Amino acid sequence: MSPTPGPPLWLLAELTYRCPLHCVFCYNPVDFAQQAGELGTEDWLRVLRQGRELGAVQCGLSGGEPLLRDDLELIVAEAHRLGYYTNLLTSGVGLTEERAAALKAAGLDHVQLSFQDSTREMNDFLSHTRTFGLKQRVAKILKANGWPMVMNVVIHRLNIDHVDRIIGMAAELGAEYLELANTQYYSWAFVNRDQLLPTHEQLRRAERVTDAWRIRLGDRMRLFFVAPDYHEGRAKRCVNGWGSMFLTVAPDGTALPCHTARMLPGPAFPNVREQALRDIWFDSEGFNRYRGTGWMKEPCASCEQREADLGGCRCQAYLLAGDAAAADPVCSKSPHHAGVQAAVEKAGGAVEHPLVFRDPANSRRLGAAGGGRVE
Amino acid sequence: MNALSMATRPRVGAGFRLQWEPVQDCHVLLYPEGMVRLNGSAGEIMKRCDGRRSLAAIVEELERAFSAQGLAPDVRAFVELAAKQRWLAWDDER
Repeated sequence: MSPTPGPPLWLLAELTYRCPLHCVFCYNPVDFAQQAGELGTEDWLRVLRQGRELGAVQCGLSGGEPLLRDDLELIVAEAHRLGYYTNLLTSGVGLTEERAAALKAAGLDHVQLSFQDSTREMNDFLSHTRTFGLKQRVAKILKANGWPMVMNVVIHRLNIDHVDRIIGMAAELGAEYLELANTQYYSWAFVNRDQLLPTHEQLRRAERVTDAWRIRLGDRMRLFFVAPDYHEGRAKRCVNGWGSMFLTVAPDGTALPCHTARMLPGPAFPNVREQALRDIWFDSEGFNRYRGTGWMKEPCASCEQREADLGGCRCQAYLLAGDAAAADPVCSKSPHHAGVQAAVEKAGGAVEHPLVFRDPANSRRLGAAGGGRVE
Repeated sequence: MNALSMATRPRVGAGFRLQWEPVQDCHVLLYPEGMVRLNGSAGEIMKRCDGRRSLAAIVEELERAFSAQGLAPDVRAFVELAAKQRWLAWDDER
């Protein structure tokens, strides 16, 4: 028997899949447009109470764009009252002074401003036009409310060569933290992988640039560079271990061990409309499926790294090896690792098909085609 | 922020939240997307750092609560360490 798991310290409430943006690297499921309706306010308040009783302390409010929920203030207020540290993950679109003041009054602790990016928006940003203006307004609002300025930019081949200017802009906006997160290749990013995967050389250059800025900025701004696992030959522990501390609730109430796990084959994951969070966390098949190491096959089962990386990411194993219980193919010991290397080697070459933007029409098309898994 | 003195009134730093967690059986300090678990003595010190009590008063209270003597150097060392991590902050005394 495996030991009783600890509490789900992190509760991620994905309040909606609606979003004004169409990011080509979005991690929301590619078939989001086909999914059932959103939970109501009362459902979310119940989920928050049940999560807190289980011992959850961090509450992430994300989406889609969570500001599209007009009950966001109510949800934040209840989360705060219950004792969660409340984190809003937003693009800033729709964050007016009035709304920010209401969220502050409700007890919102922290805002992470993500950088929406399509090629056009990136150009806007780099050329100081519309997007930069929006971020400047939002930065001012954050400071006025005493929130730290925490920015997140998803990095990929189309913007990685601009890392120098991205960091410069963030410094100019007064960001205190900047996370340069390389794209993780699931969902929409997986569909667009051929366009988004950077080359080894691009990556090395971006790391050098980031290191130089770190020295220049000192304590003024902290820079985090999240390396892409495709290039490293090593699997990363996913959400710190399946069902070990992380619990996502999707807009329709599906409870997931990580925000992309719904793509996996097998029985459906439990829903908070039908089951209490405690039963879901401790007893559901879905949350126990890849807990610990008992489910592993070779090469993971006898690997000395198995407790450290827990076999890597189940979604990546499913996407790239066609088997959710296989070793994560980014690991050099995986029999499917050659496919990952080939994708990286191919990066930078010509791509025939166009980028697929995250929008409801593309979602319905991809959903009908089987959810975006590519052989 | 001036150097720490016995008159300093430390409080939990901006952006941090201190609370008792029954499930974890300890005080925790929460910050954006993270958490620090505090050991018993760190929790006892930090929960008294409310911006009203002076360091002298905190030491006195702890010595009374735990029937101990001479805690000032340890408490002071912890408060200084916590300030470096920005867990604690204080206004300068006039």
